[in-house]
Amino acid sequence: MEFAELIKTPRADNVVLRRPFHPPVEGTLCLTGHHLIFSSRRHDNAEELWLLHSNIDSSDKRFLGSLGSIIIKCKDLRIIQLDIPGMEECLNIASSIEALSTLDSVTLMYPFFYRPMFEVVEDGWSSFLLEQEFEFLSSVTNEWRLSYVNKEFSVCPSYPPVVIVPKSIDDEALRKVALFRHGGRFPVLSYFHTKNGMVMMRSSQPLTGTNGRRCKEDEKLINATLRSGRRGFIIDTRPLNVAQQARAKGGGFEQEVHYPQWRRIHKYIERFNILQESFIKLVEACNDQSHNMDRWLSKLEASNWLTHVKELLTAACLAAQCIDREGASVLVHGSEGTDSTLQVTSLAQIILDPKCRTIHGFESLVVREWLQAGHPFQQRCAQSAYSNSKQKWEAPVFLLFLECVWQILRQFPCSFEFNEQFLIMLFEHAYASQFGTFLGNNENERAKVKLPQKTMSLWSWVNRLEELSRFQNPLYEANSLVIWPSVAPQSLQLWEGVFLRWNRPSRFLEEAEAERVHLVRYNKELQARVNALRRQLAQLEMGEEGQQNP
Amino acid sequence: LCHFFVQVENVRLLDRLSSRRAVLGTLYLTATHVIFVENGSETRKETWVLHSQISSIEKQATTATGCPLLIRCKNFQVIQLVIPQERDCHDVYISLTRLARPVKYEELYCFSFNPKLDKEEREQGWKLVDLSGEYNRMGVPNNYWQISDVNRDYGVCDSYPTEVYVPKSATAHVIVGSSKFRSRRRFPALSYYCKDNNASICRSSQPLSGFSARCLEDEQMLQAIRKANPGSDFIYVVDTRPKLNAMANRAAGKGYENEDNYSNIKFQFIGIENIHVMRNSLQKMLEVCELKSPSMSDFLWGLENSGWLKHIKAIMDAGIFIAKAVAEEGVSVLVHCSDGWDRTAQVCSVASLLLDPYYRTMKGFMVLIEKDWVSFGHKFNHRYGNLDGDPKEISPVIDQFIECVWQLMEQFPCAFEFNERFLIHIQHHIYSCQFGNFLCNSQKERRELKIRERTYSLWAHLWKNRADYLNPLYRSDRSQTQGTLHPQIAPCNFLYKFWSGMYNRFEKGLHPRQSVTDYLMAVKEETQQLEEELEVLQERLANLQKSQSGDNKLKSKQQDRSKQSGLYTSNNSLANTPQEYSSDLKSFPSRSPSQGDEEDSALILTQDNLKSSDPDLSANSDQESGVEDLSCRSPSGGGCLPSEDSGKDSDEAVFLAG
Repeated sequence: MEFAELIKTPRADNVVLRRPFHPPVEGTLCLTGHHLIFSSRRHDNAEELWLLHSNIDSSDKRFLGSLGSIIIKCKDLRIIQLDIPGMEECLNIASSIEALSTLDSVTLMYPFFYRPMFEVVEDGWSSFLLEQEFEFLSSVTNEWRLSYVNKEFSVCPSYPPVVIVPKSIDDEALRKVALFRHGGRFPVLSYFHTKNGMVMMRSSQPLTGTNGRRCKEDEKLINATLRSGRRGFIIDTRPLNVAQQARAKGGGFEQEVHYPQWRRIHKYIERFNILQESFIKLVEACNDQSHNMDRWLSKLEASNWLTHVKELLTAACLAAQCIDREGASVLVHGSEGTDSTLQVTSLAQIILDPKCRTIHGFESLVVREWLQAGHPFQQRCAQSAYSNSKQKWEAPVFLLFLECVWQILRQFPCSFEFNEQFLIMLFEHAYASQFGTFLGNNENERAKVKLPQKTMSLWSWVNRLEELSRFQNPLYEANSLVIWPSVAPQSLQLWEGVFLRWNRPSRFLEEAEAERVHLVRYNKELQARVNALRRQLAQLEMGEEGQQNP
Repeated sequence: LCHFFVQVENVRLLDRLSSRRAVLGTLYLTATHVIFVENGSETRKETWVLHSQISSIEKQATTATGCPLLIRCKNFQVIQLVIPQERDCHDVYISLTRLARPVKYEELYCFSFNPKLDKEEREQGWKLVDLSGEYNRMGVPNNYWQISDVNRDYGVCDSYPTEVYVPKSATAHVIVGSSKFRSRRRFPALSYYCKDNNASICRSSQPLSGFSARCLEDEQMLQAIRKANPGSDFIYVVDTRPKLNAMANRAAGKGYENEDNYSNIKFQFIGIENIHVMRNSLQKMLEVCELKSPSMSDFLWGLENSGWLKHIKAIMDAGIFIAKAVAEEGVSVLVHCSDGWDRTAQVCSVASLLLDPYYRTMKGFMVLIEKDWVSFGHKFNHRYGNLDGDPKEISPVIDQFIECVWQLMEQFPCAFEFNERFLIHIQHHIYSCQFGNFLCNSQKERRELKIRERTYSLWAHLWKNRADYLNPLYRSDRSQTQGTLHPQIAPCNFLYKFWSGMYNRFEKGLHPRQSVTDYLMAVKEETQQLEEELEVLQERLANLQKSQSGDNKLKSKQQDRSKQSGLYTSNNSLANTPQEYSSDLKSFPSRSPSQGDEEDSALILTQDNLKSSDPDLSANSDQESGVEDLSCRSPSGGGCLPSEDSGKDSDEAVFLAG
């Protein structure tokens, strides 16, 4: 397909761009296959706006005489308006935007066309290999092994080719377990707590069905993660009645009789379609222009977004508590094991593992627990809060996870190597990006369209020194402890950096951040100068002493 | 001299959020404090509460374990005690009820508080904030404004200060005439003067206009205010009450200005509710704060239902309106409400704060409170219940102003020289009666009581400890710190946030566990040391190079700053204590005792929680917070108010031992 076919009016002049908190700007609008480009003609203050079509969540047009306006709502939640003189031009542009922003073939996406303007120092596609993780794991325990049972994606289509499983379980057993778990997602290692050797596993629900089917290999597999005489916790992210109802559809949960060493805790985390609704309501509330305070608070409350934040954080804290405080191993699953399960396992690691609070460690966590673990990004992030499509599989699952990380970061502002901007950047790229990282729903799909060969990895770009400096938290000091966030309502706040980002003036907050960076940077500079001077003096004095006492 | 009114042993101090975290100790009541001393532990943690902080004492139904007593404080601390014997509990209740409601000013703590300063230091302290200097700073007296002596013996208005600025063209006859037409004779007087454009903010009480009454002098007074700003041909008259309230007042012979009678005024209502509505609103919000483990919906619904943030926004809106009129339109504003000592004080001070960067400095903020609140007769005694009085007079008027400042600090993080702690400590001392600044209802009363000779000034105390109150992000050369602040107007509801640092102040577990402010202050302090060291080193180097072969080797003291990491130890100890995230863990066999390790020394308590039958999931703070925070007023220098009681320590300890 040629993009040119979709672009009847590639360029319009005298277009006015309107955004909140900015004066209207007049300029030229250009459409390309992947971008909407607006550039102002003013030479004193030339301004360019590049918007990926894939970032456009919805667009509306309206007319006032021959002046048409297109209102563009983006997946990153910003809203802009373009006033285009000429009805035909406006109609053409509107229909091009509509068509170009809803392309459904992955290989037509921008990452397949993007040519980086930077030098790739390290290829992000191979920055985070499970083999490296395993190497580290092998240095502290020998109870685990790498299994390539899924290397053809035939045992579990949503798993990566390599997973870590208990050493005592062979691939044959894994195949059997896979048949007993929804979508073939047999229990695999998610996290090893070096401090006490406890582990966190994740899987999907067991397919017990109504007649209580069991699978000896499954029992053996998860028991293999327990120390002798110890018990473990199964955290089921569904309420008990939902888990019970799942049996009618062939799903189910681990029954005590068959898993006597495990205690099941049901910790309800909202399903994705409910999250999507909540997300839409929250963004609506944040865009409400009314002066009425009551209305704002009741809309915020009615969106339930912060309730979901609180519930998810609580579940993650519980999982972390079982591991660190109870000294027990944990298995986490919901139904499919691709959404709430991953939210819980990844957040628990943020709490438990200081490594995950570094930039590289967090990237590795996202790769392991989200991308490789088969969170269906392509489906979940196809649309954002302005979508009016009635499709069922869109949901801000990853955004909710990022928000919970932000909540913890806010409570422990000195314990994270990265800053809020880093999290916001990940949110943006999960929804629309020039990089291939978040395309596809699992490793299988990524391999099929050869993403690693044909697109650039987000990590190749982020992990360059020039970019990293934007995402570093100036207050960071490595904190080797487990960090326990408060989940009380008083402790949780709306994530303004995402939800109010385009609705509030940011200048003063940016100035404050710049000042924080400046204070720390200046301090470090001085330290370096003092140290250098000290060395110089020591040498000089030594030399002098040498002269005096030959 | 030194005796306790009551001493009770084996009292349990409960953690509000988890009954499992109770500690056993002894309760003492002294003339000024409630003191709880923990048994056993080596530190013998102490909790000190001033009687004047107590807002209510509630005796609850006796249970098998004893008789519970709930003490709520005006600084939002809540203390739950269980006293073994019903009779003891009754005694404590009766004594406290009496002690918490003194009838004479002399009973208040400031008359016995002795920070061991000599007379001169005390006098210096009172001179720190100088109002006549402040008016000079604003640029008056000048061609348009002069100081009036009509009120020199409080003869015209007993709730006004003796020194009042009025328009030069307003004669004594006009002032007195106007005062007779104003509620409690609070005639229009200058609150803030903007020397850049001559616009001013004046304040008064409501006119006694009824349905049709007029007063020529009052009309002339407003004319005089307009003439004092030659750049503008009208003034705004802002009535900060809801229109309905103002109209209702007409029936009682009061009311508001009729635009037909006053030439060149633009009249404007900005509805801020009265003290009764505000009192109830705070009450409702505190109930939300006290919920044991609220869901997010409980909390947000309760917050909305309390209306608190709506009221805060109304006050801010009024302040923003006035600041805009003065700064952008160059129009003078006369502000009043009913008596002109509550809403008017709030609104004038918010507007001043927005207009003038000086008030955003530490010293300037003290001056602002002294100007708009203390000198103009805000009824501190009535509003904050220092002496036993009509409970209907009590209302969190200045608390709301303090919160407005905090809300602004959140929006303009670099604009204020002081930090959140400064605001919290001022709020604390408005109620503590430890310093004389906020005693009584007017300047007249304070002079009669000889407050300056008999008590100490809070401002000097805060100033002495100013290092604790600095905002590390403040730089006087930054855009935010200069000129008028322009808060976002719309949409802006979401800018107003619940202030957990104030209303859940004593629940440390709910707050961020690492303080960015403290961290950055430590960095700044180290930076300063580095700068000094750099200078020394450079000097040494220069000397050394000068005397390459000489023998005058300079050995200056070498500071070891290679141990960087020790400096910012943040609050990692706090970081390591989980809340109760689930009751599901309770029946699980507990882990082996060998498992405790060094960084988890606080674990034992947590284990208890896990086994507790307490169903609360969330609101529990870490186990340290309940006790440690209570001790903030203890003479052993607890963590929360590090500087506050440094002066009285030894005294009180002796008192206790006696």
